[in-house]
Amino acid sequence: MTDLTKLTLAEARDGLRDKQFSSVELTAAFLAAIEAANPHLNAYVLPVPEHALAHARESDRRIASGAARPLEGLPLGNKDLFCTNGIRTTACSRILDGFTPTYESTVGQNLWDAGAVMLGKLNCDEFAMGSSNETSCFGPVVNPWRRTRNGAIDNAKLVPGGSSGGSSAAVAADLCLAATATDTGGSIRQPAAITGTVGIKPTYGRCSRWGIVAFASSLDQAGPIAKTVRDAAIMLRHMASHDPKDSTSVDAVVPDYEAEVGRGVKGLRVGIPKEYRIDGMSKEAEATWQKGIDWLKAAGATVHDISLPHTKYALPAYYIVAPAECSSNLARYDGVRYGLRVPGRDLLDTYELTRAAGFGKEVRRRVLIGTYVLSAGYYDAYYLKAQKVRTLIKHDFDEAWNTVDVILTPTTPSPAFAQGEKSGDPIAMYLEDIFTVTVNMAGLPGISVPAGLSSEGTPMGLQLIGKPFDEPTLFRAAQVIEDAAGRFQLPRKWWA
Amino acid sequence: MVVDEATVKRIARLARIKVTPEEARGLEAELSGILDWVKLLDDVDTTGVEPMTRVVPISLKQRPDVVTDGGIADAVTQNAPEAQDHFFVVPKVVE
Repeated sequence: MTDLTKLTLAEARDGLRDKQFSSVELTAAFLAAIEAANPHLNAYVLPVPEHALAHARESDRRIASGAARPLEGLPLGNKDLFCTNGIRTTACSRILDGFTPTYESTVGQNLWDAGAVMLGKLNCDEFAMGSSNETSCFGPVVNPWRRTRNGAIDNAKLVPGGSSGGSSAAVAADLCLAATATDTGGSIRQPAAITGTVGIKPTYGRCSRWGIVAFASSLDQAGPIAKTVRDAAIMLRHMASHDPKDSTSVDAVVPDYEAEVGRGVKGLRVGIPKEYRIDGMSKEAEATWQKGIDWLKAAGATVHDISLPHTKYALPAYYIVAPAECSSNLARYDGVRYGLRVPGRDLLDTYELTRAAGFGKEVRRRVLIGTYVLSAGYYDAYYLKAQKVRTLIKHDFDEAWNTVDVILTPTTPSPAFAQGEKSGDPIAMYLEDIFTVTVNMAGLPGISVPAGLSSEGTPMGLQLIGKPFDEPTLFRAAQVIEDAAGRFQLPRKWWA
Repeated sequence: MVVDEATVKRIARLARIKVTPEEARGLEAELSGILDWVKLLDDVDTTGVEPMTRVVPISLKQRPDVVTDGGIADAVTQNAPEAQDHFFVVPKVVE
């Protein structure tokens, strides 16, 4: 039999429907792949083989009786930020040590109700704060891609991006068909770009945030990381919903995104923002961007120069808004109601010792920054100022939509970097999100699609940014890029 | 330095995170670096600009003010480091 783990989600779905293999066979193939790869990649923090096989058997019964649901029997990975009923959920933080939710996230529930099978919980940066998956309390995830230097394979461990680094590595290494992920400043798109996978952050409000460990509530959105544009479209349709339990979720019909794939871009107006041509962008990123422009033109789109004048302020504004919201959200970890407790002389001392021991360095740094910018006397100068700049950033996009339908940019300034290369310098790490963060600040949908390989043989992505709730256009345009660029699969599973 | 050691200690107290004196000195430089960098926003004229409160133009939903769940004290206290008879147990607060 062919290697079932190499199938796309759509191929696996069709194969199960045509009874070429069973969900138990498919699930067992992934569990074996995880067992072999995880000691090397650290993508999963908690595989759940028995849970997965039990659900796969149920799926096989449903398929046999003609009662299959849309994602019946398809094995997925679930980022450890999504609460799972009866299964440990930690946000990859020591402070949630041993936390076992008594409820399921709405996005997760939607997927399981559609028949999908969960293989396990995926590694991520602690509380989704990071761009390299190096802040996880379970240790870093290794990118399955390796660099080639001077004609030889370099064994340096590359990062898979972050915060959804477990999701991106697992999808790239064929350790699941697709994975859930979340994106607050680029945490779906940046890891997708540097692992050769497809990732979409939908419009704010498209997916329910209920049951997802909160980082920055006005920016957080769930979305999928998948092998192809079509797979991402299938996933998003079954993740999105209106949810009365999240008052910011939007009451609008979820379109059949898969039906958009292949509709082409004839007559589509594509904007190229001049402010994204920054110093420090690699030549390769620039060349990949130009290829994207040429591909969309060749497919019948028209290309227009646009200006988003407040772009350079998005990242500093983000690093006020996100820490401010995180310091509020993370106030709940007090050693009283769940997770870690470090006993102190009194209650205050218990809080302080628990939070010092439970939060990692980057999380502590952001909570402190957030506390500072929200503290008396600084609120107007920092937080209010940043929220005003955010209005201007959104206004830039609103203006752009008068002349274009979609915006094309690189996803990241450069390809995957090695572990430890940026972890000593917070601002260098923050710059990873320079092209993605504007999208969160304005609440827009953005997709990253693989577009080429760097001179080191590692993947590079292009980002398409859409109007609010215009994910259909993103899927159409992304498919054009995928058709032209081809898929980028790992040359070699070096751990096997 | 935007942030001195005393300020680090003050905000760490507000954030309920214990920091050692060595950590406080390290954080002084780190937090100052970040706060210096975000000062780039001072270049933007925001006179008359409304601060953003929501990215998608929907009004906040409302529902009748009635109890919609409850009776799950077991579930609520299940993950507590220490609980007794559906109460969270903490160190003595009042002497």
